[in-house]
Amino acid sequence: MAQLQKQAQEKTDALAARLGSLDLAAGGFAPAARKAALARLESMGLPGRRDEYWRYTDPAVFNAETASESAPLIVEKPIFTDKDKVRLVFVDGVFDAAASDKPELAGVEITLLSQAGAQDIHWASALYGTLEAAGQKPVPRPFAALNTAAATEGLLIRVTGTAPKPIHISYRQNSTTSDPILHHCIKVESGAELTLLETGITGARSNIVMEAQVEAGGKLHHIRPQGRSHGKQLLTHIFARLAENTLFKSFTLSMNGRLTRNEAVIEFTGDDAVAHVAGACVGDGAFHHDDTVFVTHDAERCESRQVFKKVLKNGAVGVFQGKILVKAGAQKTDGYQISQSLLLDDDSQFLAKPELEIYADDVICSHGSTSGAIDETALFYLQSRGVEKRVAQTLLVLAFLAEAIAEIEDETLAEEIRERMEDWLHRHERA
Amino acid sequence: MLEIKNLHVKLEEEDKVILKGVDLKIGSGEVHAIMGPNGSGKSTLSYVLSGKGGYEVTEGSAMLEGVELLDMEPEARAAAGLFLAFQYPVEIPGVGNMTFLRTAVNAQRKARGEEEISAGDFLKLVREKAKALKIDAEMMKRPVNVGFSGGEKKRNEILQMAMLEPKMCILDETDSGLDVDAMKLVSEGVNALRDAGRSFLVITHYQRLLDHIKPDVVHIMADGRIVKTGGPELALEVEQNGYADILAEVV
Repeated sequence: MAQLQKQAQEKTDALAARLGSLDLAAGGFAPAARKAALARLESMGLPGRRDEYWRYTDPAVFNAETASESAPLIVEKPIFTDKDKVRLVFVDGVFDAAASDKPELAGVEITLLSQAGAQDIHWASALYGTLEAAGQKPVPRPFAALNTAAATEGLLIRVTGTAPKPIHISYRQNSTTSDPILHHCIKVESGAELTLLETGITGARSNIVMEAQVEAGGKLHHIRPQGRSHGKQLLTHIFARLAENTLFKSFTLSMNGRLTRNEAVIEFTGDDAVAHVAGACVGDGAFHHDDTVFVTHDAERCESRQVFKKVLKNGAVGVFQGKILVKAGAQKTDGYQISQSLLLDDDSQFLAKPELEIYADDVICSHGSTSGAIDETALFYLQSRGVEKRVAQTLLVLAFLAEAIAEIEDETLAEEIRERMEDWLHRHERA
Repeated sequence: MLEIKNLHVKLEEEDKVILKGVDLKIGSGEVHAIMGPNGSGKSTLSYVLSGKGGYEVTEGSAMLEGVELLDMEPEARAAAGLFLAFQYPVEIPGVGNMTFLRTAVNAQRKARGEEEISAGDFLKLVREKAKALKIDAEMMKRPVNVGFSGGEKKRNEILQMAMLEPKMCILDETDSGLDVDAMKLVSEGVNALRDAGRSFLVITHYQRLLDHIKPDVVHIMADGRIVKTGGPELALEVEQNGYADILAEVV
């Protein structure tokens, strides 16, 4: 008994310490939602290794009062050209107006979270924290609640037609101890369409939430190459709620990083919608990458795909926790989930927990998870044609990742992602 | 061109000896055929020459134009001019056939200190060679050998051979899985490459391939050795009487 009490007290103290480092008094946009989120967080507490969804990934880094130091600063050339995009720059979580395009150019409604407090943005007040709160069941996501309670910046984007250009959120890190909490709200109205790009390093330790609501017939394309930094500690959540006939596609590329956890919580509320969540990650050495996905089918004839590929070497660790929940009445659901890892040596590890929970009787759901080494037969075949072993390996690794990259609809963007990946692989060939 | 002396090979993982002293000499521009019953070591010989892992050479040598092959990585052997047309061409999902071919051509050029082929020249060359083998543009776009029929896979091997222009070509049961028309097509592809500076080693079970690709010399392999060597008539003898007579004669 005393032991339990002690543990509970430790948890309370840890949360108090964590909250103590935040500037909660500042208030900000949607004060009621923030207050409710804080109450949610206080009742959940911070996660520990005993929590089911934190067994494979140690949350200590995110629980810590402050960010541990991370030297960012791998200077990367931009992955996407700036042509025909509206660029909005955040440096260590702070909006940099001088480096950004004028938001008006996007032809959509864009407001900074930090400036929204004084304005009455109806749709955003209704959305902020709503999907996050709904996404807390059945799996608690304390850091998302923390984000809603304490976010200092973010974008509120509303699209009513086809956005003329992709919106490119470009993150940069200058400080080695920055600890940004960003919260974006995206509303795609009926029949509207938006392509949203997120690139770069958000900070030393970052907590990023995106809530996306897509109304009937709307489309949202999301492509997110997360910048390279060996020390980065990154936690992201996407909460998407999809009405009928919608399309949501999200692709994430991760290279390097001490600890990255990308959570996606997708909910189908309207019939005939499509959601694809994909990720490709390559890790070398001190690298822990976790994809945690929860898809809820609560409508008929919806299609969900989860495609996650990880290439791991020199002791890198990959985690996949993916769930498809098909509620009663969600007939003709088509759910697909694949998580695969390519382990380039014996030191690397892949931990996968695929889950299906189905309460409807007329559905197709499949999942697969594999771990394997490079196919020696294919390697020899390539070598026998004169291709150097290391180059042949790179070709095979790219081939392994191809299924995830294929989830990007725009061919130019897909090619840019592929090239970035290839560059990384060539650099790591000798290691 | 190729000179194999007293080649002994065992499996790396177990103590199974497969080649027990192979001697073979192929002159420039010659076509040699190796025939032999299942398990005689024919395919092993082709794998060992091209550098596949899993085998241990315990004795002997294999020289290509005076250079020891057995010390080289597989890619170096390819760059030196060796080519193996696989009995079972490997499927590589995710790698486009065209990308694969161009990577291979340029890798060999690079290894030989030559300039990379330009995209335009490469495309022109591929189209020309592919046409002769009745390989259409669609096949070039697909991933390497994925979804190819048996015949398409073998034609794809010959296309690679035509593009890479090796000096020493080993064809490992290229006729297996081919219908009569496909065998003709593949043979024509091979015959078009016959040249005074290029030699072939054709491994086959059946004489019929040798009707199309006429060999200068025929070897019979059994139990890890070459047990008999002769002219094209030796293949006919095998076709008529099987291996039993020849093997009995040798023993």
